[in-house]
Amino acid sequence: MRYAVYAEWTKLRTMPGPGWLLAGTVVLTVALSAVAASSVTCASAGCGHDAARIGLQGVQLGQATVALLAVLMVCGEYGTGMIRTSLVAMPRRTAVLAAKAAVLTGLTLAAGTAAVLGSVLAGRLLLPGSGFTPAHGYPPLSPADGPTLRAAAGSVLYLALIALLSLGVATAVRDSAAATGTVLGLLYLLPLAVRMVADEEAQRLLWQLSPASAGLAVQATTDAAVLPLGPWAGLGVLAAWASAALLAGGLLLRRRDA
Amino acid sequence: MTAVTPYRSDLRAGRDGFWQLVRAEWTKFRTVHGWVAGVATGALLVVGLGLSFAAGSHSSCSKGPVEVPCPVPPLGPGGQAVEDRFFFVHQPLDGDGVITARVTSMTGLIRKPDATPGVRNVVAGVVPWAKAGIMIKESTEQGASYAAVMVTGSHGVRMQHDFTEDVAGRPGGVSPRSPRWLRLTRTGDTITGEESPDGRRWTRVGTARLEGLPARARIGLFVASPGDLTISPNAAGGSIAASRFAEATAVVDRVSVRGAGTGGTWKSDDIGVTTEVDGVTPHHPGRLERSGGTFAVTGVGDVAPLTGESTVERTLTGAMAGLIAVIVVGVLFVTAEYRRRLIHTTMLASPRRGRVLAAKAVVIGSVTFLAGLSAAGVTLPAGRRILRGNGVFTQPVPLLTELRVIAGVAALLAVAAVLGLALGALFRRSATAVVVAVAATLVPYVLAIMSFLPESVSEWLLRITPAAGFAIQQSVPEYPQVLAHYAPVAGYYPLAPWAGFAVLCGYTAAALALAAYRLRGRDV
Repeated sequence: MRYAVYAEWTKLRTMPGPGWLLAGTVVLTVALSAVAASSVTCASAGCGHDAARIGLQGVQLGQATVALLAVLMVCGEYGTGMIRTSLVAMPRRTAVLAAKAAVLTGLTLAAGTAAVLGSVLAGRLLLPGSGFTPAHGYPPLSPADGPTLRAAAGSVLYLALIALLSLGVATAVRDSAAATGTVLGLLYLLPLAVRMVADEEAQRLLWQLSPASAGLAVQATTDAAVLPLGPWAGLGVLAAWASAALLAGGLLLRRRDA
Repeated sequence: MTAVTPYRSDLRAGRDGFWQLVRAEWTKFRTVHGWVAGVATGALLVVGLGLSFAAGSHSSCSKGPVEVPCPVPPLGPGGQAVEDRFFFVHQPLDGDGVITARVTSMTGLIRKPDATPGVRNVVAGVVPWAKAGIMIKESTEQGASYAAVMVTGSHGVRMQHDFTEDVAGRPGGVSPRSPRWLRLTRTGDTITGEESPDGRRWTRVGTARLEGLPARARIGLFVASPGDLTISPNAAGGSIAASRFAEATAVVDRVSVRGAGTGGTWKSDDIGVTTEVDGVTPHHPGRLERSGGTFAVTGVGDVAPLTGESTVERTLTGAMAGLIAVIVVGVLFVTAEYRRRLIHTTMLASPRRGRVLAAKAVVIGSVTFLAGLSAAGVTLPAGRRILRGNGVFTQPVPLLTELRVIAGVAALLAVAAVLGLALGALFRRSATAVVVAVAATLVPYVLAIMSFLPESVSEWLLRITPAAGFAIQQSVPEYPQVLAHYAPVAGYYPLAPWAGFAVLCGYTAAALALAAYRLRGRDV
């Protein structure tokens, strides 16, 4: 297993794409968070905004590059035919997938931590300028504060789980365009579909099942009670999605010809 | 020394016009099952999601203990859904006539969000588009043709007719010290509205032609006050609008009516008043308090086109999912050639590379347009039927608008597929191209309606990114004279339908041009 992980790390390290994608994740996440923190305004006390959630808004964009990295890790090998070499060298296919998952998790956790810390810092600097001041009931954003810490750590885990979900989908689908389309559809269309449903019960259910909506519940610090799922339960939904995708991908990888 | 004659084939030279190239690309497209299946999936997503959303939407209203079909909004003379709810103090008018009145004050009550939960928080005030003035209306039926000149809460004097038309007069409010005189004159079908500060010097505000106004119409005073609109952030992202009760009271004196049929007693009607659950007691009734020649008229409601979310394009929400499917096919249409090395053959057969890209764009654009057209053409009428069957009202729109919505959604899919193609040719990597295309078209839309970004930022996102193209499906326009939640989340786009679509086309054309340029410069 150690060698499998090392092999995956070497493959990833020697391509220019992953580095750029990880850098892109950090930059895009911090940029969107900064835009959100400087454009949402809080005019008076009790303006109803969730400062931590605004400060971490960039995760909405960062998840796309993380997903792309995961898809490329698998589909890139299918595209070039490298997968055959990989599987000849390491015939235990689940081990290959597990090694990929381990390397990917490590990298997204690292990039995610940088992105989230950058976002919190941007929020800390920019939010007071938008009216999120102690006078309006908003102390400066700080990872030392319990709910904020949960939101920040949860966002890092969210990115890692999105990566694992994408890895599973990519292993199952194999074609990079189709895999990317499927993952982005899951991430961006399901939350939209939640909005379109008129029936309140169905809306709640769909919200609870949607990986992005439920997973991002972990960012809620003030309005957690009104959301259909608690923060950790929401992240649990995403974890279930990721496990299911990895399981399906692993089974297909074992059964199919490469 | 012998002369060498170069070899000449006996075959006639093949034609290599653009259409041959298009045909070649079409052959490629239709013989790859995955691509055909991808476009079909896109079309089926439009139909399937649209119809299931329609089937899942129900609405029912209760009248006391019984469930009854919800009231359908009245339709105005132009066929659009309207709100026609106001307090009308009127007399009959046969043929031509004039009404003059002086508005001396306008006050009102507004219900604000409860400060203490459960306790009604009512404050004094007038909403910006509260209306008080004089009106000539075809009948007291809701939706009947009318023309009116009025004083508004904070938009000065206005002349409005037939719900959608609005002309501004002098700005400023009214008070007993600076009253406003209003005059409406009917001459045949033409109604002229005038205003004056003192009843002597009159300024014309506007004229209206009410086609087919019957000889007998109603003439009189009216007051209406739309609800107070508050927009608050939604816990799940985006914002929600709430409209709370507001009523306006206008004091009117020096009322004079001239014309055949007038001069009798004044009749009061609370046009379109809603009732309590018992179906009899009026809910928030208007009233008239008269002392001598002074009328204090109180009204609730509005005389305006309906805004809101009950639009036909709601049935086409599946287009978002279809968009991803056609983008994927558009990208693969070119990246697969790189992966399978077919691109070498293609470029050998047709060395002019820009033309190859153009032919591909024509094929993928036409195929997705036709698929989208048939999908939207089925979904919109069928979805509306299902919605009507479920008791959900959808706003009627003119036929041309409906065709624009259907063809627009198809064109949206087609242009998105071409954008995918261009990005695929530019990056030559499927995953990157798909992510960039989706990030350019769908993600700004999702951020605009789902996130905590304020509405100004959301609107900019839908102005400057390719997501502006979604504007093509907006069927009900924004009315400056109606205060409503005109936000992307409510289905209103910051750009006009064709302008928004042009932004998407511009991005696509730029991407195609860049791809063609890079294609010529690079080794395949």
